[in-house]
Amino acid sequence: MPTLTLIEAVTLALDHEMGRDKEVVILGEDVGRNGGVFRATDGLQDKYGDQRVLDTPLAEAMIAGLSIGMATQGMKPVAEIQFMGFVFPALNQILGAAARMRNRTRGRLHLPMVVRMPYGGGIHAPEHHSESTEAIFAHTPGLRVVVPSNPSRAYGLLLAAIRDPDPVIFLEPKRIYRIVKHEIEDDGEAYPLDTCFVDRQGDDVTFVAWGAMMHETLLAAEMLAKEGVSAEVIDLATVAPYDVETIIESVEKTGRCVIVAEAVRTGGVASDIAAELAERCLLSLIAPVGRVTGYDTIMPYAKLEGRYLPSVDRIADEARKVMAFS
Amino acid sequence: MQKLASFEVNYLQYLDEGGKPANDLPDFADDHEVMVGLYRSMQLLRHLDARAVALQRVGRMRTYPASEGQEAVGVGASSCLSDRDVLVPYYRGTAMMLGHGVQPHEILLYWGGDERGSDYQNPLAKEDFPIAVPIATQMLHAAGVASAIKLRGQKDRAVLTEIGEGGTSEGEFYEALNVAGVWNLPMVCVINNNQWAISVPSEMQTAAQTYAQKAVAAGIEGLQVDGNDVIAVKDAVGKALDKARNGGGATLIEAVTYRLCDHTTADDASRYEDAKARAEAEKKEPLGRLAKYLLNLGAVNEKQLDEFAVAAKAEVEKEVKIYFDILENKPQPPSAMFDYLYAELPERFRAQRDEVMRRGGE
Repeated sequence: MPTLTLIEAVTLALDHEMGRDKEVVILGEDVGRNGGVFRATDGLQDKYGDQRVLDTPLAEAMIAGLSIGMATQGMKPVAEIQFMGFVFPALNQILGAAARMRNRTRGRLHLPMVVRMPYGGGIHAPEHHSESTEAIFAHTPGLRVVVPSNPSRAYGLLLAAIRDPDPVIFLEPKRIYRIVKHEIEDDGEAYPLDTCFVDRQGDDVTFVAWGAMMHETLLAAEMLAKEGVSAEVIDLATVAPYDVETIIESVEKTGRCVIVAEAVRTGGVASDIAAELAERCLLSLIAPVGRVTGYDTIMPYAKLEGRYLPSVDRIADEARKVMAFS
Repeated sequence: MQKLASFEVNYLQYLDEGGKPANDLPDFADDHEVMVGLYRSMQLLRHLDARAVALQRVGRMRTYPASEGQEAVGVGASSCLSDRDVLVPYYRGTAMMLGHGVQPHEILLYWGGDERGSDYQNPLAKEDFPIAVPIATQMLHAAGVASAIKLRGQKDRAVLTEIGEGGTSEGEFYEALNVAGVWNLPMVCVINNNQWAISVPSEMQTAAQTYAQKAVAAGIEGLQVDGNDVIAVKDAVGKALDKARNGGGATLIEAVTYRLCDHTTADDASRYEDAKARAEAEKKEPLGRLAKYLLNLGAVNEKQLDEFAVAAKAEVEKEVKIYFDILENKPQPPSAMFDYLYAELPERFRAQRDEVMRRGGE
């Protein structure tokens, strides 16, 4: 069984699905001959040809718009936006057209398409390369927003995203592209969408995180275990529409919840989860719901980004705070 | 200094403003059945538009964009579509949609506020896009459909799309033309240059002498036609679609016409339009011009023209009845707002759907 990084698991899933389904095509900037700037599509053009792995002209709205047109013809485009910070020209297409197509044609046309993009900070990249703006997509019904937190999940969730009959925004946390490896069997088994994964069982406090923040959150849970605090850790995985039931079930057990997100604090997915908990399980809560998020500021450039990103210490401190509340 | 590139933009007109041939006519112009068919399609559209605007004035239609004065553009262009071609219309695309099998009551249903109007029932239109409301987004969808056709090696298939002259200022217009050129895509884009982007006149939209020349930088063919001359539109679009179906790539066709109506029912063109310019434009309108040509050709007589008008009105009334029947007797349940969001409604949204159903007609 091969031992793969998250980015290699992405490649493996793309390769598997292209081999299985001839309707799957990849398009984007530098995805063909160069294999993608992060090498997500490395070797795929050699294997499947330049009619299935398409190097496009440099225009993000065009990449999304072409994908929409192709998908209405029954193709399954997997588009790559080189960095999430460059997706904004494509929002007119993704939010304005892709999310709405099935609804506005009453099911006559639908869009089995995926838009992949690396996102998030922590690799000392140039400006505009480090933001976490998943809430923009999560705020748009008709889309799914899926974020893998480790190599196995990248493989299983990307397969599910490509097979899903509706548009999926697949956000790849680039900071953890290569920090851990998993043994992955290329068995073509997709993971379920719209479902959380409980990655660590615990009784005292529930952590909810996704993407790269799962890494720090699991480390914080280990640190807390040494202090006698038993933390449950939930990987949200599908950020929209997210599986609130699993979170509520956990919080009803632990009575405490800390949500960890790399995105800015205001108007984010973490805030939405906190609101759901306030509405649906207030009486199960022993302490106020805590949020550990990026700060409400412009994502700092390389020198200060470490101060912005939620750290293991910040996460553990918030858990200690909710533990001390009662 | 060395000259590296130069370009020319050709203008095509077959019928002058009086309906007289200004050039050697293409073969189809002598075909009575074809030409009468074009006339009747244009007439049906004019009646449909008038009825829709009247319905809006009495509260039985929402905001509606008419095509008065521009009928020859969409009717001429869509008459060239085959059942294998795909249409990607924009919001003032009624003429093209009717020409590719969309039913008049579907047009009314859509603009009456019911999404089912975009669920085209005619198999001819089953792969066609719903209208694009955001400006120029349809250009990239057309390029995407054309990419699928090309990648699959499908022969005898092409994509037709349409945009207003104002829409050609959008980035996505240029992005689509660019990829259509570099990928040699089987698509045809018709610019309905009706001189107005709501209140902004054409001379404030671009410094280019023509909109057709916007094709040049994309490396594709562009030409300008008299958009009030249905023969010119049909001839140019027909040739461009044939070229696209046979691997010859994309074409941009600017049809010069005039918007003889408000932008939509929510607009009042008298706020910004010079009455003299309108009066001047009315002299060039396409329906009267074509009638004169048909009379001269001996394809019809005055009595038949009157009969066609009566028949068009009757057809529109029949469609209005279907529209009313659907609205009054078969309304969408409130849950319809959730039922087509995804293939299957995610668990997360089910409680909201239940609430909408529970509250019913509140």
